This record gives sequence, C-alpha cells and structure tokens, in this order.
Amino acid sequence: MTSKQHTAEHGTQLEQVNGFTNPGLPEHTPRLTDISPAAERTTERQIAGWFILSMIGTIWFIVSYFLFAPDETMASIQLQNMMFGLGATLALFGIGVGLVLWGKTLVSGTEVAEDRHPIEGNEEDQAVALEILNQAKDESGIARRPLLRNTLIAAVAIAPLPAILVFRDLGPLPGDKMFTTLWGPGVRLCQDPGGVPREDRFIRAEDVTIGSAVHVIPEGMHESEHPLDEKAKAAVLLMRIDPKELNTDPAKEDWGVDGIVAYSKICTHVGCPVALYEHQTHHLLCPCHQSTFDVTNHCEVIFGPAKRPLPQLPIAVDSEGYLVAQRDFPEPVGPTFWEINTRETSEQ
Amino acid sequence: MKLLAERRRHPMALVVLLLLGLLLTGGAYAVFTGNSSASAQEYTASDVEEGEKLFVTNCATCHGMSAEGTENGPSLVGVGAAAVDFQVGTGRMPLQMSGPQAQVKEPQFNEEETSQLAAYVASLGPGPAVPEDEYLDTSQGDAAAGGGLFRTNCAMCHNVVGSGGALTRGKYAPNLSEVSEKHLYEAMQTGPQNMPIFNDANLTPEQKRDVITYVREISETPSPGGAKLGSLGPVAEGLFVWFFGLAAVIGMTVWLSARPK
Amino acid sequence: MSTTQPTTAVGKAALFTENRVGASRLVKEFGRKIFPHHWSFMLGEVALYSFVILVLTGTFLTFWFKPAMGHTIYEGPFVPLQGVEMSEAYASTLAISFEIRGGLFIRQMHHWAALLFMAALSIHAMRIFFTGAFRRPREVNWLVGIVLIVLGMGAGFTGYSLPDDLLSGNGLRIIDGILKAIPLVGTYISFFVFGGEFPGVDIVSRLYSLHIMVVPALLIAVIAVHLIFVVYHKHTQWPGAGHTEKNVVGEPVLPTFAAKAGGFFFMIFGLLALLSGFFTTNPVWNYGPYDPSPVSAGTQPDWYIGWMDGFLRIIPGWTEFYIFGYPISFNIFSSVLVAGLLFGGLAIWPFVEAWLTKDYREHHILDRPRNNPTRTAVGAAGVVWYLNMWAAASGDLMAVFFHMSLNDMIYIFRVLFFLGPVIAYIVTKRVCLALQRKDREIILHGRESGQIIRLPHGEFQERHKPLNEDRLWSLASFESPQYIPAEPGPDGKISKIEKRRAKLARFFYEDRVAPVTKSELEAAHHDHGEVEQSRKDELTGSQQ
Repeated sequence: MTSKQHTAEHGTQLEQVNGFTNPGLPEHTPRLTDISPAAERTTERQIAGWFILSMIGTIWFIVSYFLFAPDETMASIQLQNMMFGLGATLALFGIGVGLVLWGKTLVSGTEVAEDRHPIEGNEEDQAVALEILNQAKDESGIARRPLLRNTLIAAVAIAPLPAILVFRDLGPLPGDKMFTTLWGPGVRLCQDPGGVPREDRFIRAEDVTIGSAVHVIPEGMHESEHPLDEKAKAAVLLMRIDPKELNTDPAKEDWGVDGIVAYSKICTHVGCPVALYEHQTHHLLCPCHQSTFDVTNHCEVIFGPAKRPLPQLPIAVDSEGYLVAQRDFPEPVGPTFWEINTRETSEQ
Repeated sequence: MKLLAERRRHPMALVVLLLLGLLLTGGAYAVFTGNSSASAQEYTASDVEEGEKLFVTNCATCHGMSAEGTENGPSLVGVGAAAVDFQVGTGRMPLQMSGPQAQVKEPQFNEEETSQLAAYVASLGPGPAVPEDEYLDTSQGDAAAGGGLFRTNCAMCHNVVGSGGALTRGKYAPNLSEVSEKHLYEAMQTGPQNMPIFNDANLTPEQKRDVITYVREISETPSPGGAKLGSLGPVAEGLFVWFFGLAAVIGMTVWLSARPK
Repeated sequence: MSTTQPTTAVGKAALFTENRVGASRLVKEFGRKIFPHHWSFMLGEVALYSFVILVLTGTFLTFWFKPAMGHTIYEGPFVPLQGVEMSEAYASTLAISFEIRGGLFIRQMHHWAALLFMAALSIHAMRIFFTGAFRRPREVNWLVGIVLIVLGMGAGFTGYSLPDDLLSGNGLRIIDGILKAIPLVGTYISFFVFGGEFPGVDIVSRLYSLHIMVVPALLIAVIAVHLIFVVYHKHTQWPGAGHTEKNVVGEPVLPTFAAKAGGFFFMIFGLLALLSGFFTTNPVWNYGPYDPSPVSAGTQPDWYIGWMDGFLRIIPGWTEFYIFGYPISFNIFSSVLVAGLLFGGLAIWPFVEAWLTKDYREHHILDRPRNNPTRTAVGAAGVVWYLNMWAAASGDLMAVFFHMSLNDMIYIFRVLFFLGPVIAYIVTKRVCLALQRKDREIILHGRESGQIIRLPHGEFQERHKPLNEDRLWSLASFESPQYIPAEPGPDGKISKIEKRRAKLARFFYEDRVAPVTKSELEAAHHDHGEVEQSRKDELTGSQQ
C-alpha cells in the first residue's frame, strides 16, 4: 500500500502493508536456561565466576600499586601502567560481562510491546492550553499595552551591551604588531638551539656553506618582553645556494650575501613553520598543509594552499663578518590578514 | 634596502666587496681544513689503491672514471670519506635503481671495502672525514640539549621522535630509530640526498653528539604509555580507535543483543 | 503512601524516599519502558558512557593540571627534557604522566575516551541517518544531536590544546591563522582570543575554563535534552513481526535492559582501561614544549578535526584573492565553511527529504537502508566526501607508507573531492536497487534451500522454499518513496516552488523498485504451482 497522497498522520506500517498482514509478535521460544535447571545452575556459576574475576582484577590493581611502584625510569612507569591496565580491565570487564550474561540468560527474555502515545496533546489539552495562554495575555495586558511591551523588548535587547563591552580587555588592539618584528638594521642573525636561549650565537657568513640550512632567531630575543611572541614572528631559515642557481630579482639583488638567503619560516597559509628544506631541489615544504616554496625564485609558491611567497629578510655582513639584517621584513610575515596592504612595514 | 642600493656605487663598495670575498673564501677554506684536520682515520696508500679499483669497477659508470661526475651522478671530489661511508655503508650506493631518492638496502661492500672506497674518494680532495668515536659516544651526550636541537633542525622532516616523514614528489625522510650513531653523524655532516648539510659551525661535533644521544634515548626508551603505535601521532591513534576500539564496541553490542539459545 | 508498613531496611529506605520524592511514580513511568533490542540501538549509549568516563577522568586530571603559561625548568624523571624550559601547563602534564601514580593511566583513558566518544557519536549519527530515524517526530532531536557533535569537537579541540606541547601548539597556530583570515575583523578576533599576539600567555587558561566548564556544561545540558526526547518519543524499531507504528517492542528497563546496559557501561569502561594500559595515546613527552620555530613531520589534529585540516591541505592557493587590496583568503577560512556545509546539510536533510517526497507523517518504523535508495545514496556520498577530506589530512603519512608522491596524493584528493561523492551516489543507489530486486526475488520465489534436485531431462535446480510469515513481513512490509509529479496548490495553480520540487524529486526518486504486493506473490505462487505440476506431468508422461 504505497499511497501517493500521504494524508494519514502516521506511516502506514500498521496491520497491513502492500496487502500483507502483520503476523503479530512471534511466540516466545524458551532459552536453554529457561527449561534446563542444570543449564541455569551452570550459567549462574559462570556469572559468579565473572564477578570473582572482577574482584581479582581490583585486588591486582591495588597490589600493583605497591608491587610495581615505579622508580624514575620509563620502563618502570610502563610496567605499572600496564599492570593498572590489566587490573582495571579485569575489574570492569568482569562486572560488565557478568551483568550482561545475567540479563541475557537468567532474566526473563520475553519481548514486551508497549503502546505509543500520541506526541501532540489531545484536543481538550490543546483547548485548555490555549485558554491559559489567552488568559495570561489578557491579565498581563501585554497585547493592550504596546508601550510597556516595546520598551521592555528594547531594554532587554540592549542590556547585554555592557557585558560585551567588558570583554574588550580580552586583548590589546593589533596596532602595528602585525607589521613589525625584532629584525631591523644591523640586528645580527643567531642560531636557534630551541626555546629561548640566554646567549646569542652569531653566524659568520663563511660558516654557512653551500647546502646548509640554519635556523635563525634575532639577536637579543631573550631580552624582549615576550620572547615566544617575538620568535613566532621572527623565525628565519638561512640557506646557501650556488648563486648560479638563484633567479634573483634585480631589485632584490643585494638582499642576499653571495648565495646566502634568509626567508621567514612562518607559512603564509596558516602559519606553521616551513622548514623542510631540500638542498638539491631547493624546495621548502610545509609539513602541515604541504605548501611548497621555491627558494631559487624568492620562495614563490609552487604547490599547495599558500598564496603569498615567504617574505625575504634582506641580509648583509657587518664589519666583524657576522650576518646581520639590513632592515625588518619588507612585508608582513605569516598568514594573510585583512589589513595586510594597509601600511608599509617599517623601512628601518 | 634603498639605502644599500644607493650606496652600491660608493667608492668604498668595492673594498667592502673585496673584503667580503676574501672573508668568504678564507672562511670556506678554514671550514674545510678544519674538518679534514679532525680526521682521525689515516688511510694507507694501498687503501687508496684498492679503493680506486673498487671505484672503477662499481661506481665509475655514474660518477665518472676519476669521480669527476657525469650526467647520471654527481662529482665526488671533495665530498669526503664521511659521505662515502654513509652512502655505501647504509647500502644506498651503489644505486639499485633510479627513483626519487636512493633506497636503503643490504650494503654491497663489507667494512674493509667501504673504508677503501672512502680512502680513495678522500684522496681526491679535502672533505669531511669519518667521525671520531669520541663524538659517537652517547654516554657523553646531553639528550635534553640534543632534543631541543633535534626539534629545531630535524623534526620537521624526520618527525619529533625520528619516525620519518614525507618530502615533495615521492621523496621522504627516513625513520632514524635503526640508524647507527656513525651514520647519523655522517648524515648530518654531509647532507645526503636532499638533506641539508649541518657543518661543524652550524652544529658542533658536541652538538651532533647531543642530537645522536637524543635519537638513541627516544628510540630505545620504552613508551611509558604502552605500545607506541608507530609513534606517528594522532592519525595512528584515530585509526586505532576506529579499527580496534569501535570494532570491539560493535562486537560487544552484537553479543549483547544476540538472543541466547 | 504504602499500604503495608515495611519491615526490612531496604523497605524502610524505599518508604523514606517515596514519602519525600514520590519515587513510585518514576518507577511506574520508567521501570517498564521498552528498549528495542538490536545492536545498532546501543551506539548512542557508547557515546554516553564515554562521556561519563570523560567527566570522571577529567575531574581527576584537574586536581594536578596547572593551566598556566608561566615558565619553569623541568626537573622530572623524563631524561630528554631535563633542564628544558617549559610552561607550567606542559610541566604539570608531564608530572601527571610520570610522577602521579596512575596519572598516566587516567590521562590516557581521558584521551582514548575522547577519541571513542567522537567515533561513537559519528556512527550513531550514521545509524540514525541511514535508517531514517530522523523523520517526524524526531527532527528536533536530530538537530540536537548535530549540536552534540559540534560541541564534542569543541570539547576535543580545547582539551587537545591544553598541554601546551609542540603538536598542540602548532594546532593552535593553525587556529590563529584561520582567525586572522576572517575578513574585516580577523586580526582583532585573534588578538582578543590570544590576549595579544600569538602565542601569548593567556590562551591555555582561557581554553581551560572553556574545556572544563563551559563546554561540558553545555554538553551535559544538551545530552539531557537529547535523552528526554528519546524517552518522550520512545524508540524507533526495525520492521518485524508484531512491530507497528503504534507500539514499541523490546525489553523492559527493569530488569532486563538495566542489567544489559549497566553491564555494557562496565564493558566500555573496561575496554578503555585496556586501551589506556597497553596503548600509548598523545605522548606529549615526545613532542617537547611549545616553541614557535620547530614543527614535527606528521603534524595532525585528533581524528575528528582531521577532515577540516584535510580540506586545508587540498584547497589550492589561487583561492586567495584581493578586492581593492583587501584579501579574501578562501584558502584559509574555507575549512570553516566546509564544516558549515556538512553540519548545515545534515541539519536540513530531514526537511528536504520530507518536502521532496511530500511525506510529513510520523514514522516510528525504520527503513532498511536499501529500501530508501536515494537517502542511502545521499548519505554514502556525504560519507565519501568526509572520508576523502579525512584521508587528505594524513596524505603525507600515506605517501610514505604507500611509496607515493605526496603531490600526486593531493591531486587525487582534489579530484575525489568532487568526483568521490558523485560516484558514491551512483554506485550506492544502484547497489540498493539491486538489493531490493534480490529481496523481490526472495519474496516471490522463496529462499534458497540448498537442496539440489535433478529434473528428468537432466537439468539441475535448487529447490526454493517459501518464506515463513515473520520473515516475509520483515522483508515486504515497507513503503517505497516515489516521485510525485507537481500538484496544484489550494488555488488550483502549480506554484514555481512546487515545479522545482517536482523536478528535483524526479531526479532523486524516479528510479525505483516497487515493493512486492500480496497479489503479486499469490500470482507467483500460482505460476510456480503450474510449473511444478507440468513437470510432474512430464515425469509421469516419460515413464509411460
């Protein structure tokens, strides 16, 4: 019986569908435990066995707390963790399996049918509800007094505004932070040993041999107020490539030093550190979303979701032979943001 | 930038450039000689001679009769003994077949032959030597310092515990847990395949030893949490929870709702 | 008031409760509530139990975790980090792992439970979708369920980011990138979220209050609403003998279902204990403290965020463009749009389906997935779409594992993003229709008995036996949705919307296998009878 016009309130799986008649609940077939007292006793013992196993598990957990007290080695922590795991698994699984077996085999397995009630109230309920609502409307006069109603709505509507306002101090405004980093004229390039080093290790141009990749942070980073915030913007990868292989833009010719070039490590897609440098292909790969940059072409994007090239840090050699920045990055580092073209980065 | 561009024609520019050039060449020389002076292993003339024979019969097809390089293989002049020891010692060379990168396989030459080949290549020009045992002794290294260096310099390709990872177009950074101390050191020093070179100015021999100590420590320490699931991070954990956890759960639900006899 | 005075301690306690809270009415109302018994109805419970375990283990963790980003030097037992500077959050996570006995066990259980919670939610949602359990009157509860998935993802992400390790820190950095790409206000939002520049010193404590209070409170409230609806609507049930739209057949809560479900809770708990004891999850000690410069190969989020990350990997860079110098970074914030598409699509589907088929009736009997080929095919298309993005998030690992080029993998994922769902739709629909035809065969010609008979002229045949009544009903008692052509409205005209509906409905519902009717079956039996009769004649004839 597939009706094109679905007029009925319910789907039609009632007594008759497609001409077939619902045969009604099948007769209950007794389980082995219902008819054989021996089977029932066996099952009972089985279930008790699971509960006993659970107790053994709990006791094992407690015992291993003392027996396998870890020393400072990872192996000992692993051992205790495993023993805890073993104890807890037995303790919990024992209770679980026992209970389920009990429910499956010993508790009555008869299927029961329960009638559904209609979801909506009957006509009388609906009439009473309507009456109550009407009465409330009349007694409060909410329909008759538009002035009260409208001013109330307006008052409630603007009441949360102060709450929004006090969230203002969640953070400072961006200001020029998106356009500046610690780099500037004469700031020396230092090796990044991880974290925030207390001492700067400057880099000599001659130490950056062809094929090298050096992870770089600016001089004096540890003295800044929030070194990690600064590192998040200023991290740089320094590479040296045979100058013959570089296709240098004439306008940026003096941004590198004899094939030594420095690029921001912060991906212009969503900001992961791009640091997978392949020294034969001169590709830089981001491990997060696979944007690939070509170092020989000013780190333009050759694959993946990033759009902008990695910003280049113009570098030079100072009088002591150390690599220094000529200026800050000529463009903002990291992911694209709305105001990106609204101002120049500082020239110094 | 403009500042510099304007001053490019300054009379002093030439002097600065000259100085720069001198500094660079001098520096490069210092680095190279510095490295070769660190060479501990002295090769005999017969080593070189034997090495040359092996080279001509096994390597010259690609690298040229006197290792000057051909279309199919780079010049080996100046790559040093360390590069040979790594490439041949890990079985990467001779190359089994061309592909995105050389594959590790059972080494084709024994230790003596490898050393002879290394002696020959080292004789062609100065280059990094096979590392001294002192810098391979992990008992003297600092795992924590090495960890910081490893995360900064190595983890982006090799994964934070050295499980390896993908590079572009079919290349990959291998798993490091089974690599010997010597080969780890040589890889850092010579930058095999697409790996960047970490010379002694970038990572000092002591720092290289710290890195090796970290790799050893992290791959040999058992995971306190239990099986490592390949140390591949959340992907492995997610797959495990679906294919083991959820499969077990569905098994339970089926058992739970099955009607007993 | 009870009629007899209780004498036992239990009885006295029961009376005490009864006189104060009227417990008897609750027991009367819910004690014999019926739960249908089929394994697929237990999946939502897995999610519920995982959530309970999450609350228990999470509470334990709060006693030691320090949600602060102040700096400290690590001096604990883990050698590769000794002397390393790190945040208090990370140090306290290490302390929980290595210095609190059982801390690692509980931490791992918390993480495994979170992964299982989301997995259970997902397959529970799939069960609801593919069986049509979202239809009237349950549309609202379907929406509530979608809210639960979104909240679950939120709870997971805020928790994942708390330990302030390298992996989660890079995850947060991606969030920061996405926030900054929001047109007009993105930079400001990022500064407000992080209390200034990324990473700042506030984010962990802010995520912490979200993770341990706001999100769980919302989750508990929404779970309560979800369960109240389940109780009020009563369960759906599969088609079967004695099952109708007006009843629900199954086991009563007391005692059968309570025993099974209670036991099941302990089994899930036990499974999580097994995972936590023997399998490492989120080994934060390996990742090191967060530092904005390093990153690890294989940096991925937990699996339930993976599909959004995967989309970020497959979208090409040219989708970022500039209007009057202002960037529209589609290549970044589109991952949020994709999430909107998935959850929005799930949310409107019940209403779309009702509109297309003009079926606004209540349904308490489920559809077998094959009996609604269109819905099943749409669902399969969605699943494939999701799976493809999910796989894309591990493209780098797959590339290494299968010795493929990372770049080729991404090209494949890009193509499959569009093609995958279409193929899945077509294939699934065909498979469903084929299965329906097979059902028709079985109904009309009986089931295969496995008995081979040899006919007099040498042909071998398998004897088919007619289905019993119950089985017949389960297979044959369904409605097959069909294309309803445009119909005039009350004003006698066919509206534009109605025309559009008819067009869409025709596309989705025209291909159809009609269910067997009783008269067809009788006719088939009649034919069979005749055939057998004629064969018997042949047999006797040949003997003569």
